[in-house]
Amino acid sequence: MAGFLALLAGIILLWEGYKLLGSVTGGTLPFTSTRLPIRPDDKSMPHVSQIIGTLFEPARRGGEEVLAVLLLRSAWFTFREALAGFAAGSVIGFGLGLLFVRSSLAERGLMPWVVASQTVPLLAIAPMVVLWVGQARLPIWVAVAAIAAYLSFFPVTINAVRGLRSPAPTATELFRSLAASPTQEMRKLRIPAAWPYVFTALKIAAAASVVGTIVGELPSGLPDGLGRQILTFAYYYISGPEKLYAAVLFSALLGVVFVAGVALVERLVIPRARRVPA
Amino acid sequence: MSGPMVSLRGVGKTFSAGGASTEALTGIDLEVQAGEFVSLLGPSGCGKSTLLRIIGDLLAPTTGTVKVNGKSPAQARNHRDYGMVFQQATLLDWRKVLGNVELPLEITEVPAAEKDRRARAMLDLVELAEFSDHYPWQLSGGMQQRVAIARALVLEPQLLLMDEPFGALDEMTRERMQMELMRIWEQTRKTVVFVTHSIPEAVFLSTRVVVMSPRPGSIAGIVEIDLPQPRQFETRELPAFFAKLVEVRETLRRVGGE
Repeated sequence: MAGFLALLAGIILLWEGYKLLGSVTGGTLPFTSTRLPIRPDDKSMPHVSQIIGTLFEPARRGGEEVLAVLLLRSAWFTFREALAGFAAGSVIGFGLGLLFVRSSLAERGLMPWVVASQTVPLLAIAPMVVLWVGQARLPIWVAVAAIAAYLSFFPVTINAVRGLRSPAPTATELFRSLAASPTQEMRKLRIPAAWPYVFTALKIAAAASVVGTIVGELPSGLPDGLGRQILTFAYYYISGPEKLYAAVLFSALLGVVFVAGVALVERLVIPRARRVPA
Repeated sequence: MSGPMVSLRGVGKTFSAGGASTEALTGIDLEVQAGEFVSLLGPSGCGKSTLLRIIGDLLAPTTGTVKVNGKSPAQARNHRDYGMVFQQATLLDWRKVLGNVELPLEITEVPAAEKDRRARAMLDLVELAEFSDHYPWQLSGGMQQRVAIARALVLEPQLLLMDEPFGALDEMTRERMQMELMRIWEQTRKTVVFVTHSIPEAVFLSTRVVVMSPRPGSIAGIVEIDLPQPRQFETRELPAFFAKLVEVRETLRRVGGE
């Protein structure tokens, strides 16, 4: 925590220091006429104080609601979609891992598709998913959650396969010597052995589900969510750049809180000595 | 029960991988009678662990016939006629000590109350009752191996297969564990097949030492160890003990094992 705060202070200092440098030199590198790579003006880089300050101003001209409340409300909306996508993605991801460990035929046949699925640009498929979900007469948030799941199942599958295969050869020999059934071996050996690996993946999946949700919200037309706010504030960037920064800040915070939540569950479920160092 | 506990006739094993084949064992004939403590002794690569795994039906022999408790190895395994202890304790680190000993009882679906009673009785036998609530990583290597022995005995098999169980322990712990094993063997009268590459360990523990030679693995000689029972700390200081060490060592040297 102390390290986190120190780093935060460092970033703020760097940001404001760069702006100060620019204002002293008039936007060039000191003693040269070379322009600074990013303009240090308040349109390109609003002051930290402006970003914080805008949180407590009305979000819309003449509106009642201050920006912080709007962003909190949006983050909550986005979180629920992300959680649904995370849950679905984790279950699907773990299920695929189980399937691959049980059947090498399934692994050889499906693994290339699983890998390929992650190389497809999310931004390109998101509108299609929104369209399909709309045609199927399902609520649009389902499309957003599906996009989040699409991004979050992958690390779970990869790590589940690794974790399910992690028991030492003597451990599988032990189960064979006890004439354990394949189901017993899976439930009493492979799945418990896989948990630390799966939790590492769940932390990646939690962050990925937030990214997937926000990307999914962009073409969804949903009136709520951080994706919608980012789109709006990007559109009106010139009249209030600090609002976009504030929205980005909340998106990042949402991801951090989600990952921290998963880490907390991990701490409760997995004894310290078994945790995979993050 | 009549007939040998383990009977091996003309057993051979050839591993083949990528076109190349290696003959690991050839022409093994051996009978182990009920109540015996037989060590398989030899240098690395003599196939002693492979032979143990053939007895336990963890590997299939390429040639020859194997009988365990009068049955095929697969039947004996399915009837849980033997318990196995490996060089690594191979405890499940998400289970406490008691839970690890209960594992075989869970797999055979023993009712909960009986499961608890039998597992605790085994922990008493290996003198670890007060550690039942500890996790494996909280125990020393020797204690972990005692838990593994309790686990191997909890289904009360007649045969115990041990694959260099003390190989990863330091010398002092190792001698203490040998005493411990002798005490358990005295109490339970199991048949034991014990793989080791330590000459003093084999001589101290066994009623017979099967000396094996490598490339391909075969039996070079069998040394009867008629030292007084029960084996005690002082056994290692008897002239007869030294005489047996020499006899086993000479047998090994004849086959180029040492």
